[in-house]
Amino acid sequence: MSLKYITPAERFKRYLPKDYVELVDYGPFGKTQDEAGPGNMGQFKELVEEHPMCSGCWMAYYIRLIFASLPCPEETVTLGTAGCGRLAISQAAVPFIYGNYGDQNAMASGLSRAFRIRFPDKTKDVITIAGDGGTMDIGFSMTMHSWIRGEKFTTIMLDNEVYGNTGGQESGMSPKGAILKMAPLGKQGEKMPATALAQAAGCVYTVRMSPTNIKKAAKIIRRAIFVAREVGPTFIHAYTSCNIEYSIPTEDVFADAKEKEKTRFQFEEYMTDAAKEVIERVEAEEKAASKARKAASKAEAV
Amino acid sequence: MSAIERPQPKKTYADINYLLKEAPRKQHFITGAQAMAEAVKRANVDMAIAYPITPQSEVMHLVGDIYAQGHIKEYYRAEEELGTMSAIAGAARAGVRLFTATSGPGLLRGLEAIVSWSGHRVPAVLGILTRVINAPLSIQPDNIEMAYMLYSGAVMLHAENQQDTFDMTLAAFAITEKVDVYIPVAVATEGFFVTHAKGYVDMFDEEYALPAFDSVAAPVPAMDNETPPARIQRDAPVQKSNFMSYLIHAVWQQEIWDSNRRAMKYIYEYLGGPIEVQNPEADVFVVASGCAAAQAREAHRYAQEEGLSVGLIKVRAIRPFPKDEIRDAVKNAKALIVPEHNYVGWLCAEIKAAIPNGGIVVEGPRVYGGMTLPVELIMKEIYTSLGLEYDLKL
Repeated sequence: MSLKYITPAERFKRYLPKDYVELVDYGPFGKTQDEAGPGNMGQFKELVEEHPMCSGCWMAYYIRLIFASLPCPEETVTLGTAGCGRLAISQAAVPFIYGNYGDQNAMASGLSRAFRIRFPDKTKDVITIAGDGGTMDIGFSMTMHSWIRGEKFTTIMLDNEVYGNTGGQESGMSPKGAILKMAPLGKQGEKMPATALAQAAGCVYTVRMSPTNIKKAAKIIRRAIFVAREVGPTFIHAYTSCNIEYSIPTEDVFADAKEKEKTRFQFEEYMTDAAKEVIERVEAEEKAASKARKAASKAEAV
Repeated sequence: MSAIERPQPKKTYADINYLLKEAPRKQHFITGAQAMAEAVKRANVDMAIAYPITPQSEVMHLVGDIYAQGHIKEYYRAEEELGTMSAIAGAARAGVRLFTATSGPGLLRGLEAIVSWSGHRVPAVLGILTRVINAPLSIQPDNIEMAYMLYSGAVMLHAENQQDTFDMTLAAFAITEKVDVYIPVAVATEGFFVTHAKGYVDMFDEEYALPAFDSVAAPVPAMDNETPPARIQRDAPVQKSNFMSYLIHAVWQQEIWDSNRRAMKYIYEYLGGPIEVQNPEADVFVVASGCAAAQAREAHRYAQEEGLSVGLIKVRAIRPFPKDEIRDAVKNAKALIVPEHNYVGWLCAEIKAAIPNGGIVVEGPRVYGGMTLPVELIMKEIYTSLGLEYDLKL
């Protein structure tokens, strides 16, 4: 009933906040990516419009993209933890669960299993969106074990290579040698191999990327969600720079993301055969549906 | 095969009052761990999450068996207690009935999540099978971990024996899901002394069970994208540092503690009240909870035989703490003896804070580290309080 539960009764509509009504009328609920997706952002009511992130925040841009790419926002629940990301994620018109420190994947394990027993005939997309500290440091055990157990949900790590929200401390994902707070002489250890860990722990689909190409980034987000529905845990490791702590001038944020794409965030996509099968099937179905819609609207025009 | 596709035992669903008070019961001779698991079996639990720690493990093994038999839809062994307690918080958002249990160090490891359950409005039941908190290492009973739970916001019941464990666990599910409560309920009892020892438990047939969890009857609706109101209003002031966030936190916490107090009427309804009083006209009372109450009951019996003016107050509810009830019950008492299974004397501190004349409270006897609580230690305090000599022989 998820679309229905969002839609207000006609007579009640005029008493609801304008923002709510516009979301229902012009938002992406129940719509396709052609109608309301990353390709036409700005032409529909987006799930995330306002946020308190810093100007030039690459993380805010990517979070906006995540929400514009959701295959089924009316059936999606997101989970997160402490960090900058939650400030924008909590502003999305999608239920967001904020728990304790780094526990998002443990919570998502309980939540997605409970959804499956309560709604065996429905698909509920569960997505954890957390930073590098929440995913790979304080939440490491809970992240890894959710993958080892084969929990069927999507994990997205917003890697800005630093504890941004707490004031710029070194994280496990900071590069070796980076001089940050709590690493006054430069970071001693290597950047953690997140996608390799994910693959070893049993993720069936993993991607490392710097999301400079909107279309490609959106495709990856959707793939990760489709595969998690049917096969197993999926993981996206995305570069979402902190222009404050790494002193990247706002106008250079995109150039930095492009540069990182050539170095630490070279595009890497891994999928098991079962994941590949799902991706090929779903994308073929989407293509066919989109073609059919175009043909239908053409016929209508004629 | 997925959990919900497995054959599920036939059940007759009945109201908690019928189950606790009217359903015909038969006597069984079982351990406290069995008693807790048998209550879980009859509670129509959707999901249980386990992580081993002695002496709790026995309970969650048995709950696993119950899952295998089809009484529970989902069950798994989590990575450690923080993962367990966080997963409980996550699953609660989907609108299901939940159970887990832990002991001593495990409780402390999961405490970050547990203390936030109330704020997250998680209606779950937590078994606490008490155990020493290190160091030095010991796996023995000592209920010091309950002291760390006192300010968690959770409702806390303390079971004296196997029978209490069964009844309180069952009642806990009903209490936690009340719309005007909707915070977790912890049922504590002593590890080994109760969990691994057998006692007589009157139980109704396992065919009877609580009705299914009602995800709509909630002050904070499930986040299942099904239960109105829809959560697509976009502002989360509580995520920011501003006056609104301070205010929201403040009123939210007030509401949690009000919810905790509101649980009291259900403790009366289902469990006959937060305290049990024997010999209300006595000069000296032994006031105790949990396993210590069993020893206090023995001391009370000895005292009756010896014609001493001694009463017993068993404290069933630790949160909400029955301040008014205790104050009223001891208003004419000359001394209160508070035996406990921990070093710090948390029950003693609670009682002292509840009455205007805290000076009448005798601090102890206390045993800890897993030691038993000989009745003679309580008798010595009774005699001393009455101005009599007592020849303590242990």
